[in-house]
Amino acid sequence: MPNLANARQMLVAALWAGLWAGLFLTAIQRFQVLPLIQQAELYEVQATAIPSHTPAEHAVPHQAEETAWQPQEGWERTAYTAVANISLAVGFALLLAAAGNLRGGLGGWRKGLAWGLAGYVAFFVAPSLGLPPELPGTQAALLKDRQFWWVLTVADTALGLWLLAFAKTSTNKLFGLVLLVSSHLLGAPQPEFHDSAAPAELARRFIIATTIANALFWLVLGGLIGRFFAPHTDNKPV
Amino acid sequence: MSVAPLLTAAVTAPSQTRLSKDKLASSVLTALLGLVLVYAAGFAESAILHNAAHDGRHSASFPCH
Repeated sequence: MPNLANARQMLVAALWAGLWAGLFLTAIQRFQVLPLIQQAELYEVQATAIPSHTPAEHAVPHQAEETAWQPQEGWERTAYTAVANISLAVGFALLLAAAGNLRGGLGGWRKGLAWGLAGYVAFFVAPSLGLPPELPGTQAALLKDRQFWWVLTVADTALGLWLLAFAKTSTNKLFGLVLLVSSHLLGAPQPEFHDSAAPAELARRFIIATTIANALFWLVLGGLIGRFFAPHTDNKPV
Repeated sequence: MSVAPLLTAAVTAPSQTRLSKDKLASSVLTALLGLVLVYAAGFAESAILHNAAHDGRHSASFPCH
């Protein structure tokens, strides 16, 4: 039987941390990331107006997305991005709290920063090494293959970091190290040919912008969830 | 140095051991809820969810399209 009071404490802490961190991320994206996505979409529209050499199976899902409902440009698009960011942030905060709970709490905002850094490495840096953040209109391998590799890499990295930090034997620490590199040795799925509607310079700026935005987001999320969920090591009221 | 923390630790140790299974279960429950939210925002195939979360997915480096 789960300890419901403990679970409720994590849920409340994650809701608050995720709400603020998600809004913070949206604010950074609004000025630093979204303008690049919108520029890339202009290139994408131009590219689709000209007959393309894109294989048919890659083009079909995107057509379905375009005929379905889409938020209006402007505040509506930003609002839905904020909702998605908050959902993501609460989800990540719950995962950090669940992991920290096994170690007796996240132990205040300073230790929370370290947990946030680990989350950044596991959920952003490691998958980005094989599948860099992509602008719309970039040719990529099949979605299912990329999603599988992404999940594998995140899980390997998270477990690897956990073992490196907390394992008691050097054999287990070594296993953690193997996990950190394993999916990269396997290699991320790549498209048959690399092609992008947007110029390479825009793609490069997008990688830098998302790397910074996600680093700041994870540090804020880690600090907040560390502060809000530190029940066992810090009995001071939150 | 006070012995109170040591006494408290000695008294609460058995219950903490017993609690650890409960704690594990609450961690699993919490992590599952977290995974559902991350899945909905980052992976769900529904075109509507995809379009609503589109910019967030690209920004967080989730595989998209």
